[in-house]
Amino acid sequence: MYSEKVMDHFTNPRNVGELEKPSGVGEVGNTTCGDIMRMYIVVKDDVITDVKFKTFGCGAAIATSSMVTELVKGKTVEEALKITNKAVAEALDGLPPAKMHCSNLAADALHKAIEDYQAKQAS
Amino acid sequence: MRKVYLDHSATTPVHSEVVKTINYYLTEAWGNPSSIHSVGRRAKKGLEEAREKVAAVIGAKPEEITFTSGGTESDNMAIIGGAYARQKKGNHLITTQVEHHAVLDSFKNLEKNGFEVTYLPVDEEGLISVDEFRESIKDSTILVSMMHVNNEIGTIQPIEEVGAITKEKGILFHVDAVQSYGKIPVDVNKLNVDMLTASSHKIYGPKGSGCLYIRKGVRIPSFTHGGAQEKKRRPGTENMPGIVGFGKAAEIVGQELESEMKRLTALRDKLTKGIEENISDIRINGHRTKRLPGNVNISFRYIEGESLLLSLDMKGVAASSGSACTSGSLDPSHVLLAIGLSHEIAHGSLRMTLGRDNTEEDIDYVLKVLPEIVTRLRSMSPLYQRKEACQQKECYEHVQ
Repeated sequence: MYSEKVMDHFTNPRNVGELEKPSGVGEVGNTTCGDIMRMYIVVKDDVITDVKFKTFGCGAAIATSSMVTELVKGKTVEEALKITNKAVAEALDGLPPAKMHCSNLAADALHKAIEDYQAKQAS
Repeated sequence: MRKVYLDHSATTPVHSEVVKTINYYLTEAWGNPSSIHSVGRRAKKGLEEAREKVAAVIGAKPEEITFTSGGTESDNMAIIGGAYARQKKGNHLITTQVEHHAVLDSFKNLEKNGFEVTYLPVDEEGLISVDEFRESIKDSTILVSMMHVNNEIGTIQPIEEVGAITKEKGILFHVDAVQSYGKIPVDVNKLNVDMLTASSHKIYGPKGSGCLYIRKGVRIPSFTHGGAQEKKRRPGTENMPGIVGFGKAAEIVGQELESEMKRLTALRDKLTKGIEENISDIRINGHRTKRLPGNVNISFRYIEGESLLLSLDMKGVAASSGSACTSGSLDPSHVLLAIGLSHEIAHGSLRMTLGRDNTEEDIDYVLKVLPEIVTRLRSMSPLYQRKEACQQKECYEHVQ
């Protein structure tokens, strides 16, 4: 039911972990639906230089988290904000229809981390 | 890589002797059992022998067995048929919150058509209360349906006590025995049941085949109409490969029942103990002893069931989970919620159901790979990270 790319990212997830001094942290999901994603980013000169994640969830939740970290590294904040959940799913060669809603939240987690970064900048 | 199949409550591999029997009825005795000529008579003989074998496992008379397409059809037939057969006497029905959907959805259908249904709750080990059951009976109660063994957590309900009450009160009693038939002793007379569902593919027979035991004297309307097959209860030319396969499978599990119960109980307890000793933050779901011999159901905190299943599958281990991701809905298993688990813990459940091909070496293998998988998934989990950061007491109270 999962593409090879999803299974690859599930088996060998990229950028798992935490960052000690993140510029921003974002978390989405809840235990009721069964997926929680937490994203850490480091921003230097408006560029996302490092990113890590921790995810509680199914194969799709882990794979999308991993994929979004690959997509965002080296991007500017503005570019990162344009990454959508749909784009993440497409980069994984698609997800089963049932997973498009419940487990495809990685871009949202990233955007929340960026919001957190921007809020800290503003204060 | 070692292959370990631990999903016998989902389905079982077809026994080689069953395959041989089916093959004979496909190639040699392929006739229509209703035909008068020799190839028809040969088929008829096979049909009636299968009926005797299926009946013998539960102490029933052969004529009390109606062959069906499986558990779902039998449950529908018994519950919906039973309710309509007795509707002049009342409209109240009783079942439990932890039934299979074939039962729950039959009751939902009846509710839409004017029947009133009581769904009995269960305790944290999955048992109903017999007192609560007795109190739920009304003058208008006409039918009770209760599963013998729960398909997810393996808990065995006190069917004999319930049956004694329904018999005394003259209430029709149906038991879904899909997970107990051929696995633990089931005697329709001792249990006082009026109708009982069994399925072939859970006992090493073919899929698409099952039966409904209907006690002599109990009348229920037919859903389909046609010929005189199955005493007009279930007309249509018989599914001979399915039926003779079911018969052979029933014969074999009947012979092996006691030895398999003993063997599987030992393997189950070894697996459970091994997990308890090697992995922290777990919860054993279901009753410890009033439990199907081959059923292990454990929740692993901080991780999600589908990830666990995918990881196990990559190591050659086939199992199942009550996680929402594997149920096809947004909610985790209704059974796990009914025994009081939070969504998070229900999402992290793993069901391993053992069967005749499993060995001690299989269990050793699972005990080797499972802790590694749990550790890996926990290392990725923000919940586990939070647990490590917080006070121990606060974090453990859900689990114990």
